[in-house]
Amino acid sequence: MDLHLSKEHEMLRKMYREFAENEVKPLAEEVDETEEFPAETVKKLGKLGMMGIYFPKEYGGAGADVLSYAMAVEEMSKVCGTTGVIISAHTSLCCAPIFEHGTEEQKMKYLPKLCSGEWIGAFGLTEAGAGTDAQGQQTTAVDAGDHWVLNGTKIFITNAGFAHVFVIIAVTGSTVDKKGRKRKEISAFIVERDFPGFSVGKHEKKMGIRGSSTCELIMEDCIVPKENLLGKLGNGFKIAMQTLDGGRIGIASQALGLAEGAVEEAVKYTKERVQFGKRISEFQNTQFQLADMHTRTEAAKWLVYSAAMKKQNHEDYSADASMAKLFAAETASDVTRRAVQLFGGYGYTREYPVERMMRDAKITEIYEGTSEVQRMVIASHLGVK
Amino acid sequence: MKAIVCVKQVPDTSGVVAVKEDGTMDRAAMATITNHDDLAAVEAALRIKDATGCKVIVVSMGPPPAESMLRELLARGCDEAVLVSAREFGGSDTYATSQILAAAIKKIGLESDDIIFCGRQAIDGDTAQVGPQIAEKLGLPQISYAAEITVEGKAVTVKRLLEDGYMMLRVQTPCLITCVKELNEPRYMSVPGIVDCYSKPLAVFNYETLKDDPLVDLDTIGLKGSPTNVYKSFSPPVKGAGMMLEGADKATCDKLVSLLDAKHMI
Repeated sequence: MDLHLSKEHEMLRKMYREFAENEVKPLAEEVDETEEFPAETVKKLGKLGMMGIYFPKEYGGAGADVLSYAMAVEEMSKVCGTTGVIISAHTSLCCAPIFEHGTEEQKMKYLPKLCSGEWIGAFGLTEAGAGTDAQGQQTTAVDAGDHWVLNGTKIFITNAGFAHVFVIIAVTGSTVDKKGRKRKEISAFIVERDFPGFSVGKHEKKMGIRGSSTCELIMEDCIVPKENLLGKLGNGFKIAMQTLDGGRIGIASQALGLAEGAVEEAVKYTKERVQFGKRISEFQNTQFQLADMHTRTEAAKWLVYSAAMKKQNHEDYSADASMAKLFAAETASDVTRRAVQLFGGYGYTREYPVERMMRDAKITEIYEGTSEVQRMVIASHLGVK
Repeated sequence: MKAIVCVKQVPDTSGVVAVKEDGTMDRAAMATITNHDDLAAVEAALRIKDATGCKVIVVSMGPPPAESMLRELLARGCDEAVLVSAREFGGSDTYATSQILAAAIKKIGLESDDIIFCGRQAIDGDTAQVGPQIAEKLGLPQISYAAEITVEGKAVTVKRLLEDGYMMLRVQTPCLITCVKELNEPRYMSVPGIVDCYSKPLAVFNYETLKDDPLVDLDTIGLKGSPTNVYKSFSPPVKGAGMMLEGADKATCDKLVSLLDAKHMI
């Protein structure tokens, strides 16, 4: 067992850090304050291969592995949670299902432009009445002979305002399961922004990751070409669940980065801040707090990296991704909250980044499966019913 | 056409400068970076590659760990790398280094439309001598301190950055150009570049490889062939924090004058 990163991974980390320090960190405060999507940064990410890290070169990807992708989200999130989730949602929730379930034609049509960052991707599963209960889908897709007609509204869609390509989950009919119960037949579609009847609705104002574009998607008799069915008819729920398994590695990496960023900031600050004639890093409480924060963060890192490696090696990684996301998200919330406490009053102001990190961290416990859903997944893998 | 770029791995001056007991630098104890001016030279070559599709070869003389720097430059887009490394080359000053690098460039092969790029100077030695000496030893025209480079066929026009202005010069290839870091903004490594960098060719030229060249003689290379003797290396004493006075009003000016007067500076 080798727990060392390869030379290539070390070099990637160095490159990600340089990019994050020079291009992402200087904008993070403004992106949060103005709630503006960092479109220029995304173009730069695309140019350097960071919008399609683990897809093969023949589809325009960078040809690296899933761990390289997790590390990119981690390093960007260390300085800006918004930038981290843009890469994560684009890669895991749009590029990945097209790569894993698409036909050769679909892959050749969509992946090169997605991987280069020319197009941004998004994923539409959540609806007002179908959050954690993803089976409660109301969006419908009706076969109209030479095309599909989609109707329905999706909510809380990450990247929506700037995305060109959406993987949309919709009900295509009904079916009867093994026990004779009537079930919705759910399918997945690739929908482009300019398809007739498709529009982006309300933009959400959020607590954290404020530069990330989170909007409603509205489909009113939206015309989708026949060839844009993704995967087999009726396989949509399976595709959605598999997509979320992969997405959880991305969000776990985002949470990991946020925690690491907060530890870094807290170490720096406590070595400078003087109270009672001492640097506050000299107080044992500070030392113990930072030791706990760092230990939890390192533990989260190995869960995240292990899930990423399992996905790369085509092993069953569903429970690993859930454990990584559960632990990393709860770590991010805990560590960023403690960082604010160590900063005291200054931590509560926007003069320092830790309050932003604390706001950004909370969402990692909610989206792409709440912490409660992760516990359900983990328990089911244990066979606990 | 091809571009050959000479680069050096130098200590990261933002970190600690370690000095051995004998006064020479303890390079193994210091973090390393690619010399800033050399990165500008690499970027200049890569921009010519972007425009013409020419090949870019990076060359560095140094100990085996310098391979990691060369791999990073391959990850930025360079096509091939040459590590010039041998015990016989150790301790070389600028004269001996340029003897060896000139021989290495001859070994790579210089054609009529090739350009050699060097950084102006390295941040450790600060001599700015190696580039010009390589040009002399290869009998090539050279332009130092390039702040702008235009290539049209075999004509290379360079704007030189001087202390008090600019100078425009044009030369024919093959030629050697030394670059200042103001020349450009070096690109980042890319993810596909990093994925590929370990499969790109990296040749090691040792003493055996170069010994038949008349420039490479045991009396003209290494410590023995170096006319320079390092007397002492040390970290300069830390200067105290400066004092900032703000405002252009009379009171501030009076304060400035009295401070300078108290230090007997005026």
